[in-house]
Amino acid sequence: MPKTERRNFLLDFEKPLCELEARIQQIRELADENQVDVSEEIAQLEARANVLRQEIFSSLTPAQRLQLARHPRRPSTLDYIQAITEEWIELHGDRGGSDDPALVGGIARLNGKPVVMLGHQKGRDTKDNVARNFGMATPGGYRKALRLMNHANKFGMPIVTFIDTPGAWAGVDAEKLGQGEAIAYNLRQMFSYDVPIITTVIGEGGSGGALGIGVADHLFMFEHSVYTVASPEACAAILWKDAKKSGQAASALKITSRDLKELGLIDRILTEPASGAHSEPLEAAATLKQNLRESIEKLSAMTPEARRKLRYSKFRQMGIFEQGEIS
Amino acid sequence: MSLFDWFANLRKNEPPVQKRQEREIADGLWTKCSVCSAVAYTKDLKNNQFVCLECGHHTRVNSDERIEQLVDKETWQPIGEDIRPTDPLAFSDRKSYSDRLKDYQAKTGLTDAVKTGTGLIEGLPIALGVMDFRFMGGSMGSVVGEKLCRLIETATDQSFPVVIICASGGARMQEGMLSLMQMAKISGALHRHQEHKLLYIPVLTHPTTGGVTASFAMLGDIILAEPKATIGFAGRRVIEQTLREKLPEDFQTSEYLLQHGFVDEIIPRTQLKKILAQLISLHQPISK
Ligand SMILES: [Zn+2]
Repeated sequence: MPKTERRNFLLDFEKPLCELEARIQQIRELADENQVDVSEEIAQLEARANVLRQEIFSSLTPAQRLQLARHPRRPSTLDYIQAITEEWIELHGDRGGSDDPALVGGIARLNGKPVVMLGHQKGRDTKDNVARNFGMATPGGYRKALRLMNHANKFGMPIVTFIDTPGAWAGVDAEKLGQGEAIAYNLRQMFSYDVPIITTVIGEGGSGGALGIGVADHLFMFEHSVYTVASPEACAAILWKDAKKSGQAASALKITSRDLKELGLIDRILTEPASGAHSEPLEAAATLKQNLRESIEKLSAMTPEARRKLRYSKFRQMGIFEQGEIS
Repeated sequence: MSLFDWFANLRKNEPPVQKRQEREIADGLWTKCSVCSAVAYTKDLKNNQFVCLECGHHTRVNSDERIEQLVDKETWQPIGEDIRPTDPLAFSDRKSYSDRLKDYQAKTGLTDAVKTGTGLIEGLPIALGVMDFRFMGGSMGSVVGEKLCRLIETATDQSFPVVIICASGGARMQEGMLSLMQMAKISGALHRHQEHKLLYIPVLTHPTTGGVTASFAMLGDIILAEPKATIGFAGRRVIEQTLREKLPEDFQTSEYLLQHGFVDEIIPRTQLKKILAQLISLHQPISK
């Protein structure tokens, strides 16, 4: 991505790094014009930029990670699908009267084998985002996902899903068409499938709307993605009675990939490029592809029975409580 | 007999609503209805299962009262009573989650927001879960998830039908993602129960919202609701904020869901035991 374009979407904590990078560029140009050798100075500055990059991205607060997860330039479901598959045909509609552009899916060829891929789709710009409803799916979206997953199960294709949503759409029509029922039905049905299911949180995993396509054998999260029971903003408004406390809520809710790995809720963290997936989308896509390949190979070696058992016991052990007499 | 006749018959056979009698006024003996302001003798109200004798308003009942209303005397056997919540995230907002838990436990005498167990309902075995709104708004955390899973697994093992009385504001935010994952966990247990061709009936009471609606509340073979309960996925205020418009009066009520095809029937509390027993008996395996 050109540097100027990147600056338009610059997050606060990215600024010092970006300024340094701009200065390096400036010195390079000046040196070129005046035919001076500054390679030593450049090397020094670049080393400093690397250290700075390391410092910034290794010590992000949960609120900053949330910003990265929502970064407008972060690769989306369709970006990843296009980058990692050899073939892709998008399929439309829930066969019940709607086709939700906020949840896309279809059939792809990945490493030579057909798979069904689906995920929440955010827009690339404001106009596209309005059309995609910011990745907030309606009941029609969840029923399209269900229909595609049933298809995968029928034809023995692995199911690969991508989570990237602030949450399921909260609107009058969504309620009228049974948003709760649509998500609930997917949760139960996903336990029934014989085929492997792999879910990756690529950006923002918001609540039940994320989980509605997230009952998987293997659950991955990109390093700077988040997965949360409620948006930190909503949580702050309800529990702190102050929406401005969303930073505190983001920390308290334990939404980062590292937190969720520690809690035993996800299987693997996918490492992102040094400045985040949006800085080097193709590098992020390569990481994703590699992990999906390994995962599909591993899961395909199991019997359907064993996969269903794995899926059940994986979710069955989630939860922390005490038991026995009070000592 | 058509389904309509069937329910009409039930209504006909229902015992007549007790007439309120004049009694001397004493503190705490009388309860005023929050809807019609009728004053009823508390004992009469209890005998009518906390349904207003004048206007039929369903006031909230706690889990113990509900179990007493539904389960045959001396047949209740609790499951997982020694399962207790912890504070896995060391969560603290304006107050720490540990303190909140202690306060609610002291106030309600409950360990968490659901009671589970087996018992008989008009002589028929059931596995029953009853959510209790008094405990942190019936919110679903690890304990609610674990107790309901054990209940459903017991039912699957023993070929019992499952009935869950839902009353919940949704996920328990203080347990973060652990709480969200309970939706999947319970749905998984219900999948196994369903694979054994066993009957599951959720009963939606006021209010049933959020993560409970988006999981086990909506997964019944048959879904019943109490009159005028609030049932929905997203909160009314959230929708109003995103749309900046007022919503219709009956939006997200039992009646609204019935109209849109998401509940099978609205059952007044005074008939619930009878209907549940009847539905269960209609699903008993035919003996060969
Ligand atoms: Zn009344």
